[in-house]
Amino acid sequence: MSSLLDVTGVWKSFEEQPVLRGIDLRVDAHQAVVLIGASGSGKSTLLRCINGLEAVDAGRIVLDGEVEVSDPRVDLDQVRRRVGIVFQSYNLFPHMTVLDNITLAPRKVSRVPADQARQEALVLLERFGLEAKAGDYPDRLSGGQAQRVAIVRALAMQPELMLFDEITSALDPLLVGEVLEAVRELTSGGLTIVMATHEMAFARDVADRVCFLRDGIVWEEGPPEAVFNEPQRPETREFLARVLT
Amino acid sequence: MTITPPAPGAPVAYHDPVRQALVRRTARRNALVGMASLVGFTVVVVLLVTRTTGWPIVQETFFNGQQFVESFPGLLDAFMLNVTIFLIAEPLILVFSLVIALVRTLRAPIFLPLRVIATIYVDVFRGVPTILVIFLLGFGVPALQLQGVPSDPVFWGTAALVLSYSAYVAEVFRAGIGSVHPSQRMAARSLGLSVGQTNRYVVLPQAIRNVVPPLLNDFISLQKDTALVAVLGPIEVLRQAQIDASSTFNYTPYVAAALIFIALTIPMTRFADWVQARMARRQRAGGVA
Repeated sequence: MSSLLDVTGVWKSFEEQPVLRGIDLRVDAHQAVVLIGASGSGKSTLLRCINGLEAVDAGRIVLDGEVEVSDPRVDLDQVRRRVGIVFQSYNLFPHMTVLDNITLAPRKVSRVPADQARQEALVLLERFGLEAKAGDYPDRLSGGQAQRVAIVRALAMQPELMLFDEITSALDPLLVGEVLEAVRELTSGGLTIVMATHEMAFARDVADRVCFLRDGIVWEEGPPEAVFNEPQRPETREFLARVLT
Repeated sequence: MTITPPAPGAPVAYHDPVRQALVRRTARRNALVGMASLVGFTVVVVLLVTRTTGWPIVQETFFNGQQFVESFPGLLDAFMLNVTIFLIAEPLILVFSLVIALVRTLRAPIFLPLRVIATIYVDVFRGVPTILVIFLLGFGVPALQLQGVPSDPVFWGTAALVLSYSAYVAEVFRAGIGSVHPSQRMAARSLGLSVGQTNRYVVLPQAIRNVVPPLLNDFISLQKDTALVAVLGPIEVLRQAQIDASSTFNYTPYVAAALIFIALTIPMTRFADWVQARMARRQRAGGVA
């Protein structure tokens, strides 16, 4: 049986500086996989490669056993309809209201009628407690609200796989909780998720599997209890000791 | 009289009335001093200028009331041609330059010829003086006596302005496109929007908003440069003023023509300032994007 996402032997360098060095990662449907590791360990780059925002140098990324994202000839717009991504810096469109931010891609890419897109967006906004913000522009939102809108915007495309790239790193500590709560809601709904984060307590709580990245490969992986309680490799122990103090 | 300030933490704005009165008084005094200084300065300058020995002849040559009244209606009529040229040229420039700016952002190899043409076009027309382009087109093309090609100088003068200004305005648009952060493009692409959709819905609306002040600046400049078409002969305001001046040996019509231009550009300039100030305020107010 093939998994929803299969990453095998992926290499990626920026200006001859290798960031991913033959990384492997398997994600089954309805799993939540959390990537941990120091800055520069390749977490963000891996997520961007999975979404096709960065082209890989070598190796394969296969979605659902059928679409090879890493193939230079693949239609990336097709891939991106199936794989959503949320960034650290929200990247909401400042010239559009919250509602327009969310409905833009469904209307223009999936050709959903405007009325239906609007209805679906409002349902999603309500699910995340943002219905009052539908008509606001992004500069009226707090960081936590903006990031939740960014999540809703990605969800509106009904992706099979959702990627979160350190989505709480730019937030005021007081606002981290509401965003993590939104992610928890998604995992309990059974959405397949790959998430890069520094929130170790949260990782332990929601992850089906934790992958510790170091120097562009998965250094150690397993269920959260195993990785956090009994890390097998000294580098994992050292990293955890540093972030869990 | 004693004033009791509200308790700390009370949900009202509180201004100390004594302090407020002081602030008001200072503001009033500043306004008075400024006004008095301006009036005094103006009086001194006017007295100095009008007392020079050459003043009567200057006044007669440039500020002749009778000449002004006689030439003004004709000048205003002629100015309508300037306005027409402006109103035709401006929309064409906007469309043309936006297309050029977009072509220059295309990265696909198939578009290389278009990109090269756009780059050469901008390089050439930014380098050549506008008046030279007007001469070239206005005298040159009709001289070819091609069939079906208009020989109307207004047509070629307007065409030359469009060609020359589009090169500048294209660069303004290109700067605007460059000012939109790459993460906006990335976010749009990650949602599955194509390159074209990303430009249309995400990049261009922000880019155009960012360049409104410099665009207005170029509009103002174009309003004035419609006078350059005079070199081809059509009776627009500068040409009319020239005719009036040379038939009376008096330069008041030129001054009148200048006033007509100013009357149009000053509101436009104030409008540009207002837009710029409003955008600066918005930028300061806006945080998260």
